[in-house]
Amino acid sequence: MANKNQDVIDQKLQDLNNDGIDRRGFLKCMAWAGTGLVWTMSGGIPVSHAFARGMGKHAGKSADFSFVQISDSHMGFNKPANPDVAATLKAAVDKINGLATPPEFLLHTGDISHLSRAEQFDNVDQILRSARAKDVFFVPGEHDVLDDNGKSYLERYGKNASPSGWYSFDHRGVHFIGLVNVLNLKAGGLGSLGGEQLEWMEKDVKHLKHSTPIVVFAHIPLWAAYPQWGWGTEDSAQALSYVKKFGSVTVLNGHIHQTMQKVEGRVTFHSAMSTAFPQPQPGKADSPGPMKVPAEQLRSVLGITDVNYVRGQHSLAVVDSTLA
Amino acid sequence: MRRQIKWCGRLATIQMVATFLLLAGSQSLGASDQASTGQATGQPAGKAEVKIDNFSFGPETLTVSVGTTVIWTNRDDIPHTVVSTEGVFKSKVRDTDETFSYTFSKAGTYPYYCSVHPKMTGKIVVQ
Repeated sequence: MANKNQDVIDQKLQDLNNDGIDRRGFLKCMAWAGTGLVWTMSGGIPVSHAFARGMGKHAGKSADFSFVQISDSHMGFNKPANPDVAATLKAAVDKINGLATPPEFLLHTGDISHLSRAEQFDNVDQILRSARAKDVFFVPGEHDVLDDNGKSYLERYGKNASPSGWYSFDHRGVHFIGLVNVLNLKAGGLGSLGGEQLEWMEKDVKHLKHSTPIVVFAHIPLWAAYPQWGWGTEDSAQALSYVKKFGSVTVLNGHIHQTMQKVEGRVTFHSAMSTAFPQPQPGKADSPGPMKVPAEQLRSVLGITDVNYVRGQHSLAVVDSTLA
Repeated sequence: MRRQIKWCGRLATIQMVATFLLLAGSQSLGASDQASTGQATGQPAGKAEVKIDNFSFGPETLTVSVGTTVIWTNRDDIPHTVVSTEGVFKSKVRDTDETFSYTFSKAGTYPYYCSVHPKMTGKIVVQ
């Protein structure tokens, strides 16, 4: 168990070191503490705090509201890396229902299903119905739009979205933008937003006050997490140029089945763990395929992401918790 | 959508040619998604294989003679597709151990990719 936690922590260390922030000593302590991390964004600089498992509050400040991001459920996957992805999704819902501050809604950042099949979507929908938070906002992963260019996904989840699936909404003063970057991918390329979506996004944020906190969520990272494995979006820089003027921008993604974080000015990028199976760290394997870990360690590399917003702070606290 | 219509047109053409050849007593042409390799009847004149392993097509460039049927087999734990960059052929999504085959009746170079993981690219050279 300690080794497994150490792996997760080392992974975070690696990411942090890429950002040039040395919190090695602190994070080493986290390994034995066996807890999670809270990231408080303040002026674009992440400040980390330890938090005890199950604690929903941090640094003495209670959140105005929180929401939870889950990702990459891959319902229908049944290979050795996780023969029972329904059980781990249920464990994620239990984890969410156990949070001290109940989230007001859930975001699912794609790869809901493994093969875009109706029964796989049905299964996820049914499991998520046991979450206390009733509203779930989705964006598609590439596994959700196989063969039919997203038609069945959109019929199910796109009712309040544009015809191609992107949308925005406001919740208690925070503006949320759900983007689609898994359709019409070009040979040799990365994730793609496309001209029509970019145009829509520019208009969508144009009239917002610069003090409005922005949360952008999409499946594939909107930054160059590891382009060699396709972990990036070719026209994401254009999208981000529309939100640079805002004081607080949080960009959430899935796809890479591990936590990773990057800060660029006032924009914080964060990728979530999967609820189904882990993938290797960038370049640490021959391919980004499912990574098999010993069965008893599986739940320590799967997880949820709890995001807390405190009004007036212009900061969102992003907390990753494993299912272990 | 336009692309799809174009593809349907091509498929219809391929199907017509295939039917003609079948009637002429020759082997059929065209694409097929199958759960296993191996044909029910008759050994094709030429067969060649591309294996999908670790998110890559192997060999990346395969050279075959006209009339060869190329069979792609997905050996990854993740589904992939085999899609001609120029709209010549397009598989349905292929899960682990599933195959796709296409018979090349004309000389040329056929670049293709996985539409799910577009970093995966390959090429069939037909001589």
